[in-house]
Amino acid sequence: MAEVTLKKVSKRFGRTTAISELDFTIRDGEFFVLLGPTGAGKTTTLRLIAGLEKPEEGTIIIAGQDATSDAPAQRDVSFVFQQYSLYPHLSVYENLAFPLRAPNRKMPAAEIAQRVERVAKMVRIDHKLQNRSTRLSGGEMQRVAIGRALIREPNIYLMDEPLSSLDAKLRVDLRLEIKRIQRDMGATILYVTHDAVEAMTLADRIGILREGQLVQQGSPREIYERPRNIYAALKLGQPAINLIPAELMPAEPKPPNTVTFGARTEHITISRGQNGKADGRVVLTEHLGNQSNLLIDLKGTQVLVLVPPESTLSTGDEVGLNLRHPLYFDREGERIQP
Amino acid sequence: MASIQVSALHKRFDDFVAVNGSDFTVQHGEFFVLLGPSGCGKTTTLRMIAGLELPTSGTILLDGEDVTFERAGRRDIAFVFQMFALYPHMSTRNNIAFPLKCSGLSRSEIRKRVEETAQLLRIDHLLGKSVSGLAGGDRQRVALGRAIVRRPKAFLMDEPLGTLDTEFRDLMINELRALHDRIDATTVYVTHDQMEAMAMADRIAVMNQGMMEQLGPPQEVYDKPASVFVADFIGSPPMSFLKFHGELRPGDTSVQVNGAQVPIPEVREGFAADNFLLGVRPEHVRLDPASDLRGRVSGVEYLGTTQILTMNTPQGVVKARISSSEPVEIGDNVGLRFLSSRLSVFHESSGRAVRTALHDE
Repeated sequence: MAEVTLKKVSKRFGRTTAISELDFTIRDGEFFVLLGPTGAGKTTTLRLIAGLEKPEEGTIIIAGQDATSDAPAQRDVSFVFQQYSLYPHLSVYENLAFPLRAPNRKMPAAEIAQRVERVAKMVRIDHKLQNRSTRLSGGEMQRVAIGRALIREPNIYLMDEPLSSLDAKLRVDLRLEIKRIQRDMGATILYVTHDAVEAMTLADRIGILREGQLVQQGSPREIYERPRNIYAALKLGQPAINLIPAELMPAEPKPPNTVTFGARTEHITISRGQNGKADGRVVLTEHLGNQSNLLIDLKGTQVLVLVPPESTLSTGDEVGLNLRHPLYFDREGERIQP
Repeated sequence: MASIQVSALHKRFDDFVAVNGSDFTVQHGEFFVLLGPSGCGKTTTLRMIAGLELPTSGTILLDGEDVTFERAGRRDIAFVFQMFALYPHMSTRNNIAFPLKCSGLSRSEIRKRVEETAQLLRIDHLLGKSVSGLAGGDRQRVALGRAIVRRPKAFLMDEPLGTLDTEFRDLMINELRALHDRIDATTVYVTHDQMEAMAMADRIAVMNQGMMEQLGPPQEVYDKPASVFVADFIGSPPMSFLKFHGELRPGDTSVQVNGAQVPIPEVREGFAADNFLLGVRPEHVRLDPASDLRGRVSGVEYLGTTQILTMNTPQGVVKARISSSEPVEIGDNVGLRFLSSRLSVFHESSGRAVRTALHDE
């Protein structure tokens, strides 16, 4: 596996700028996740690294070599797409073996068999090697598709939302498996998704992409605890961080120039009855099974706080709010270091 | 709007039974969700209500009138597929008006209805625009407008949000539910996504292999799953199961799991010695070094406020959702304690829930 670096890479389609001066490095053995909404440039970035698109500007370095003008085949990358694209007429075994059968590789049959079995075990499909690929469930098909990518040891694995077409339970299972496999293999992976939970649970580092630009990169914990700005703060964490105008809580200590408090549920303590400093009223309680959401109206701003299901607060109750080490943002939405 | 009554509904395709005796009534004004994995029969059920499939046996009443074999066009139901199907060369106004064009309504009446519908969806300022220039959310609203402009008796929706990305989906979930309430609609909604079901439904029918496993409000289905299948399908991550063997007697308040005494809600029915599963939701697991029930941490997933731990125990894998301020690492040996009042017990071979004090309220 290898390190991949993008240096000031830009890509335009007609008048639209898809990627603008993108600068980041995926380290050897690292699980790097690009997180962003549809249209942020995630898939374009993958395609640029794979060589399926050419950048207008910038350099792409793969394993120390400038690969910017290399053809896709020369770059030695492996791509997993969103929709499992298996060969329907082939067995699971033959689907997995396919990338090894390329004429220029000339791999002996015994080695192919050995690799297929190893990967099949890894993605837990070894009991179905002889099945036709069309006779598999959705989760099994996507496991085969991932296995087919993993059968080679390329410079980097590129994964384009590989779990998004699966149902929730399978997604959770495969998420853990992909992480385990990556750790066991020491694989270098660039994975793109719009799902923040997926990004947080898979990534060694996350790059937050917005309109073709990297807003912030860092470990999930770094970005969650120290987001660069309001955009990054809103991206991670469920429920979303509460943005409270500073003037609504005048008694709270804050660094100069603070315009907005960023208060995650763990930054907020609520007490029954008014506290005379930040008084709100419960406007909605929602029992979600594993927790309860309290929606509190604080002088026109809605604040969502998670409370244990045992909480006895209910709609209409007066509450006082206090903050504990919240985040502080300035007029431009940039975070202020306290 | 209308009520929909489905009785003893069966559908067979050759030797495959797609729907095996569905019975339910969707009340006037209700948001009713059919939830299950692919192949469970939920879409077939919906298509039979719409008249796109004919049942092998059973009846479907719409507002008390038997429509089982009535043609789809005569049922006065709107079917919403994946939502982006708009006519790209037409304006918003013409897209919404389209279903009324062959209705015989006068021009001014059509105009009035389209405008009312657009106001309802808050897209009246977009009526003159071409739909191809609209943002994703507005396109979705136009597609919805086209479904509601006819004022049908009921809406049938088949995974309408399936292809949207998460943020947008959350937004549309709220909008769809609000719209349903605003126009006092009756909606039957099919999805495999339990989060959608939990967030929108008045009642959920969980389906598996053509059969209805459980029917109830979201909280009930979540808190008191009627079977292993339901418990395993709902929740993210879903319920964990620990195997144990023993006898259950009415009045029992604990069970033996691998030598550890685990308190459970009081048992209300008796079973001879057999295999059972203790079901625990991730948020009802606590770490407790003193507990006899031990597990080895094999996965730690950081989610910000909370983290999800995956632990291997001799009785099965247990997932826990705990505060991310607790330091836990892969490989740690930890003790587990459960919130006993919220535990479920299942009879392993039948998969059904054992009746306990959990079911009293």
